[in-house]
Amino acid sequence: MNFFCFGLNHRTAPIEVRERFAGHARSPVVLRHLGCSEVLLLTTCNRVEIYAAAEANIANEEIAESLRIDDGPSSKNYLEAFYRKENAECARHLFRVAAGLDSMVVGETEILGQAKRAYADALASGNAGPLLHRLCQRAFRAAKQVRSKTQITRGPVSVGSVAVDLAEKIFGDLRGRKVLVLGAGETSTKTLRALASRGVSDLRVSNRTPARAEELAHELEGIAVPFATWLEQCREIDILISSTAAETHLLTPPLLVPILRDRADRPLFIIDIAVPRDVAPEVNEFDGVYLYDIDSLREIASESHELRRQQMAAAEAIIDEHVADFEKHLGLSQSGTRPTKECPTRVSGELRASEL
Amino acid sequence: MDRQLLIFATVCYLAAVIRTVISFRARIFRRSRFVFLAIALGFVLQTAFLSVRGHALGSCPITNLLEVLVFLAWSIALIYLLIGTAYRLSLMGAFTAPLVVLQLAAWLLPIDTPRAFPIAPNPWLEFHASISIIAYGAFALACVAGAMYLVQERQLKTHQLRSIFYHLPPLPNLFSAMTRLLWFGFILYSAGLISGFFVGEPLPWTKIALAIAIWILYGAILQGRYLGWMAPRRIATLCVVAFAVALSLLWSIEFVGHRV
Repeated sequence: MNFFCFGLNHRTAPIEVRERFAGHARSPVVLRHLGCSEVLLLTTCNRVEIYAAAEANIANEEIAESLRIDDGPSSKNYLEAFYRKENAECARHLFRVAAGLDSMVVGETEILGQAKRAYADALASGNAGPLLHRLCQRAFRAAKQVRSKTQITRGPVSVGSVAVDLAEKIFGDLRGRKVLVLGAGETSTKTLRALASRGVSDLRVSNRTPARAEELAHELEGIAVPFATWLEQCREIDILISSTAAETHLLTPPLLVPILRDRADRPLFIIDIAVPRDVAPEVNEFDGVYLYDIDSLREIASESHELRRQQMAAAEAIIDEHVADFEKHLGLSQSGTRPTKECPTRVSGELRASEL
Repeated sequence: MDRQLLIFATVCYLAAVIRTVISFRARIFRRSRFVFLAIALGFVLQTAFLSVRGHALGSCPITNLLEVLVFLAWSIALIYLLIGTAYRLSLMGAFTAPLVVLQLAAWLLPIDTPRAFPIAPNPWLEFHASISIIAYGAFALACVAGAMYLVQERQLKTHQLRSIFYHLPPLPNLFSAMTRLLWFGFILYSAGLISGFFVGEPLPWTKIALAIAIWILYGAILQGRYLGWMAPRRIATLCVVAFAVALSLLWSIEFVGHRV
């Protein structure tokens, strides 16, 4: 019996195509009718993939058709966007996907959870059998090993996550911390959301246009404060995110000195996203003040990207080992020792025993 | 036999240091069970050394400079094993091990000389000496926490985030550990200082003056911390400087003690 992977991802197809072939609850049923003995559907925002085992060869067009969710043009027009990998290459692909090596952001860990959920769904619907069980368990094991033995997941890779990591090193627990956003912009909003996701609950927004401040504050469940008072706010807050369109520095050492005197030893983390910069670089010289501009944040994110890229070789070596090992097991099964009629209850038991 | 125990203990700590250096070079720096176990094994061997030496001497084995250094290294390892686990500062081991190795490597020096004259057992003297050395152990760990704080703070200030950045604890955690270790050391040191006056033997004034100088130094750091006179970074710097000063004064105390 052969097993294969068929699908498309962010590299092979734009979102307009991916959303047309997003797959649906009936996709595995259709594929079972076409002759697949085991089927798993993995759908994320970046990929739609079918992992299946079948005795006969099933045409790509038929599989693509099973994934189509609309009545638009035929799948034939999009077949070049799909890839198909058989047996060992299929195993390698799943192992790489689960380990985050095939993700848009290399090393992201969310994909492992999504793969586990896809397998649990396949198992619950009776579409996963012994072969997919072995394949998936091996993929999860390989992914864990890649995460623990390499630094592929290390370091923040977006401006928002860099800010969160830095804030956590400066303040420890972020719960109860106070943040002021000066101005408004996409990056500052994203950064604020990232901080809020880690427990920052006191969010203040200040803008030259009060209505804009109110709007953003409402959106972020924070409070709007008058722009004239932003400097006074600096006595209370822990994190300042600045992204105004001012042409000169809004915060300079002479303005900050009296504020720091009132803050005692409380650190102040300033994220200056504005270009030109809102905060004079000399401010970073003060004890307890940590100033990061957009370039510093981007540089840290890009260093993390580079570090992850450097770890790819080590991660691929781990994947190679698991593929070779899996192939060896597959060889045994082809010679007839694999229990092909494995009881589904036993598989479920093994699944429960293994870490989902 | 006892020297062999010491050599094995040094090897264990050295293994922890080598492992740390390898991790640094490979840029894969993470909390390592190996480092913790190596330090724990080194600690057991050190304890065995002190026990064998203590039985042979019939008193607390702090009769010469080597024994004092070994006892100090033992105190540091003990406090690390307690504090590092309790405050989740296991990375502290990476910083502690080199300090311990430096002290244990003292067996290479010709300082393991038996006392020229036997001393009558004196429980106050033993209490005074041992509690003071354990206090030094706490100060040493405060120095380690201070060094970690300075490393982390420098990375945050200069925006140069190395691999270790993601493994070092946040600044407030390090500062809190540093403060507690300072208090712990200061209380023990005060007890050691007070007990020194009950030893019942005439003490050289230089020894008393140096001991009080160290007490004042650490008292001033704690005072500065609670009155808000000094920023955390300054306190971390002082923890490192004060321990260097205290360690050299400890040697002076020993040196002066032997001469007088």
